[in-house]
Order: sequence, then C-alpha cells, then structure tokens
Amino acid sequence: MKKIRCALIGSGNIGTDLIYKIQRSPVLEPVWMVGIDPESEGLKRARDMGLKTTAEGVDGLLPHVLDDNIQIAFDATSAYVHAENSRKLNALGVMMIDLTPAAIGPLCVPPVNLRQHADNEPLPDRPQDGAREGLLSQMNVNMISCAGQATIPIVNAVVQVQSVGYAEIIASLSSRSVGPGTRANLDEFTYTTSNAIEKVGGARKGKALAIINPADPPMIMRNTIYCITDEAPDQARIVESVQAMIKEVQKYVPGYKRVNGPVFDEVPQGHRVAVFMEVAGLGDYLPTYAGNLDIMTAAACRTAEMFAEEILAGKIQLNAVEAV
Amino acid sequence: MSESNLKGRKVILHDMCLRDGMHAKREQISVEQMVKVATALDDAGVPYIQVTHGAGMGGNSLQHGFALHSNEDYIRAVAPKMRQAKVSVLLIPGLGTMRELKSAYDCGARSVHVATHCTEADTAPQHIAFCRELGMDTTGFLMMAHLNDAKGIAAQGKLMESYGAHTVYVTDSAGYMLPQDVKDRIGALRDVLKPETEIGFHGHHNMGMGIANSIAAIEAGASRIDGSVAGLGAGAGNTPLEVFLAVCDRMGIETGVDLFKLMDVAEDIIVPMMDHMVRVDRDSLTLGFAGVYSTFLLHAKRAAERFGVPARDVLVELGRKKMIGGQEDMIIDTAMTMAKQRGLLKDVA
Repeated sequence: MKKIRCALIGSGNIGTDLIYKIQRSPVLEPVWMVGIDPESEGLKRARDMGLKTTAEGVDGLLPHVLDDNIQIAFDATSAYVHAENSRKLNALGVMMIDLTPAAIGPLCVPPVNLRQHADNEPLPDRPQDGAREGLLSQMNVNMISCAGQATIPIVNAVVQVQSVGYAEIIASLSSRSVGPGTRANLDEFTYTTSNAIEKVGGARKGKALAIINPADPPMIMRNTIYCITDEAPDQARIVESVQAMIKEVQKYVPGYKRVNGPVFDEVPQGHRVAVFMEVAGLGDYLPTYAGNLDIMTAAACRTAEMFAEEILAGKIQLNAVEAV
Repeated sequence: MSESNLKGRKVILHDMCLRDGMHAKREQISVEQMVKVATALDDAGVPYIQVTHGAGMGGNSLQHGFALHSNEDYIRAVAPKMRQAKVSVLLIPGLGTMRELKSAYDCGARSVHVATHCTEADTAPQHIAFCRELGMDTTGFLMMAHLNDAKGIAAQGKLMESYGAHTVYVTDSAGYMLPQDVKDRIGALRDVLKPETEIGFHGHHNMGMGIANSIAAIEAGASRIDGSVAGLGAGAGNTPLEVFLAVCDRMGIETGVDLFKLMDVAEDIIVPMMDHMVRVDRDSLTLGFAGVYSTFLLHAKRAAERFGVPARDVLVELGRKKMIGGQEDMIIDTAMTMAKQRGLLKDVA
C-alpha cells in the first residue's frame, strides 16, 4: 500500500520515539530527520534506522521536500521556532503536526475531536463532531502537550455527561523522560495545556500543573483529573463515560489505565470528580515509564494517519500556503 | 559551640509564617491577619517577609487548596504597609508562571524564591532570568534537598546561579536533614558558587532540628536563614524564628532583629491564630523520619479520615514511592489504593 512520506523535525526524545511509531504505521513512512547538531545522538540513531538526516535545521530539509515527496512534517522542536518551521514547510504544501506548545493551529486530541466515524460506536453526545471535517482541512494542527493528551479525554468524558465549571489536571512526569526543550519552556506547557482543557476538553475554566519527579527507578507517568461539575454529579453516567473514553485512548496507547476513581467528593469549591490515571508507554525509545512520550507521539501519529488516509483516498489535497 | 565561632557574622532572616504558615492554616489566613502579622514583623526589624498561598504564586488550585483571597490581594495589602521589610513570594515553575511573577511584582513584591525540586533546577531558567529583569532579589530554592547529595546540590546550585540567582538555598522541605547533611551540602555549594552569591537554608522542624541545622548552615557559609515566627509552617513547622533569633543573639550572630518584639509576635499574635498546635507529633515526626514533603501532613490526615487508612501508613508509603512536593494528588491516590488493598474500599468498576 502507498504511504505518505514524512519528515521529523527535532531529534530529541519525542522525535526519536516518533520514528518507531511512524515506522509501524500502515499509511505513514518516516523519511527525513532534521536536527541542528551533526554529532547528536538523535541524528545518529535516525541514520541507523534508515532515515535521511540533516543537521542544518528545517532549511536543510527544504531543498528535498518536493523530490522526496514529503507531505507531512512533525515538529518536535520548541514553541519559539515552530512558527517559522511551519511557514516554510506549509509554503511547499507540507502539512504540519505541531508537537510543541506553540499551538498556532487548532488543538487536537484524537478521541475527542478527531474521533473516527467508521470504527467507533457513536457516543450519545458528540458535541465535537462537526469539528473533525474542519480540522482535516488544516495545514497545521497542534498536539497540545503530553499532559493534555493524557487528561483532556477524561475532562471531556465528564463534560459529555454534564457541564464542568472548572477542571484541573496534574501531570507527574519522570525526570528522565522530560527533555531540555520542555524544561526550558514549562510556562508554555502550562498555558497551552490550560487553554486546551477549556477549548477541547469543554470545561469553562482549566488549569494545568506539571511535576517532574526524579525517583529512581523512574515513576510511571501519572495524571490526576479534577472536575467541578455545576450540578451534583450523575455518578453512574460519569463512570460509564470515563470508561468508554479510556477504551478510545487505549486504541492508540494501550498502557492508558485508570488507577483510582472516579471518586466523588463535596469540597468547598463544589462537587468534585477525581480520576487518577497512569500511562505506560510501549518502551520504543525510552522505557515504559515514559508514558508521557508515548501518549504524545502516538496521538500525533494517529492524527497524521487520519490526514494520510484522507490524502490517499483523494478526499483532501494539500495545497501550498502562500507566504505572507 | 563557642561564641567566638560565629560572633559578628551577619545573617539575613526571612520569615515564612505568612506563606509556609498558610499550609498549616489550610490557606485561610485573612488579609487583615496578614497585614497585622507583617506589620509587627516589620516593626521587629525582620528584613524579608514572605506572603501569599502556601504553594506560592499560582498556588490556588484544587491540588493545593484555595486561599481566602487572591495572592495579589495579599501582596497589595501588605507591601505598602512595610517601613523597612521587603515582601517576598514563592514561585514553583510548573505551578506558577511568569504571568504570576509579573503580577506579584506589580503588586509590590521585591524578592522571590524560585523553587524547584533539588534535581530539577533546569526548569527555572526562564523564571529566574525574568525576576532579575524585574530587578527582584532572586533566590534559587532547591527543595527536598535531602534527596540529592552534596555534589549534586552543588551542581544544581551552580545552574541556579548561572540563570541569575543572587542566592541559592538548601531547602529541607521534609525536615529530614541532620546538621552534618546540611553542612555537607552548604559547604559543597560554597566551594563552587561565586563569592558574591549568597547561600541560604530553609528548615522544617519535623525532627526538632530546625535551629541546629540553621546554625550548621551558617557555620558552613550560609548567610540567609528562613524561619517562621512561632514555627507556623507546614509539618511540625519551620525553624521557629524567635527561638533561632535568641540563639543567634547568644552566639553573637548579627541579624538586626529585636528578640523581645519577635517573641511578642509569636506569643500574642501567631499562637492564637493556630488551628492546631504546630509541633512535632506522631504524623509530623513521620514526615521527618521518612523524608516526606512537610505540606503532605494535613492532606494525609484528610485522606486518612476519608478512606480509613492511618495517616502515618499513608505518609510512609508516599516516602517509599519517593513522591515530591506538588504531588498532593498522589496522597488521595495512595490512600485509595491502600484502602482497596485492605478491603476498605471497593473499586467503582
């Protein structure tokens, strides 16, 4: 079967893990890895895995885009350089999956706003349905953050049952799984995730907290989701909705598991629903504790596959975006 | 310890009762109380007074509780009343952001502890640089310092200094350290930091070592010490500042703070404000002994009550799992898991 050819920008943890995910995809093929340091471990590994590489940044990739028929690029660099990367590649008709917190394109959580019609049972309440077609016409979509991918499905599962005035998420990441880019830009991570809890999750107000834990052996990624519902929670329906959503996420991240909850408490702020999750990765690049890496790369890969399927079916065409 | 040892050493005291003390008050100190306490501390000559939510700027959350007022309201009320003291805040990257820092500055804060876990200093470069840009007295605050060895602390402190921190703190968040642990870490920092970079120590009194540890810190080269009047702080409280001051006076360490005035603040204002006696008891001693973040104390007591597992068992388990500051959600999670294992709780699904 024909595959859509992809470029990966950024040879750190995320970019490297993406190679494994994309190599397994029936519709995607990793062709280029873009870095900035010729001696970097990431570029070496990419070469070993059969990818073409450049250490000249995105500019080193541009001359090859048309010849190599690159149609989708994944950007795992930083919020600061993403806009420029995206502009240059969009101008050549390459659509961009943004894994930085730049979030210049629409925010994407596959089981929430990219839910596929074909292989899923329709859920009772699907407020985001119209959004899918709109998203698939975009030349840049954003994957928010690992914390966003791990928590927003649960926020949305509660929102599907009843309105949520406030949702707060706490992501605990093992120190070894958090690369220098994320560390140096924690604020962007916080802003983008908080915003997505509202825009994609559907809570009226969102807040995101991140903790980096250095325990050795490393702790598995943990996520806690708190929602304050406007009315007393319909406990049975929330449990059911959360379980259905977990199954959706497990389709692309098998290690996405509920540890405790939903647990319902009355707190000074109102009716609190708490769900405690863990995310084990597949252990492709980093060991399984780094579920944060997997949920991000798997979601990005899943998103790219949906675009690729549409391109291959002739349903969408990627057009060069005029530079402005 | 002879007097001559430290006689004439100048040490800057930094009071924490209106920030760390918020933990012990479940974030329920009012603006009026804060102004009253801060004014009295200012009058006693305390040069730095930290205020706001226990988890600092951005701290208001389900995870850490919501204070009675916004952080901005507290700072705006306290800052203009200070005759000599500088108002300081805490900022933990991942919880607070530069937006909150800017807003703290705009409200009158002029000093800041930028806090990271003791191995994760590289999550703070943006914030430290921004504080410097604002012209604030800037500290890099290495929390849970018992979880990194002297060499590691020195390397992390060096990073904080490279981002622009004026001062690097060894922060004994769990009240676990003994004087030699403190000396090793502060000594290692002193060896690598520039001479003009100051070193501080922030203690918790869970093992009753707050004062001894602070003196050990000064012996090893620290010139800034955090404490709380009457010890009002998380766990068994911070180093009780008036007691520490009495020791300083006896040893000839110069602080510029009036001992009797500080005693009066402790006795007449702080102690009557306490919801519970902040002291070394079974659970707070467990924090120190097991090396658990002091703020976990009241959260663990609440979770213990909710799920029927003793707080001490929960705290020991959290220590075993190496949970760190900011993971308060894992207290509920751990209590639930333990309750399930003990047949006290049925899973919902």
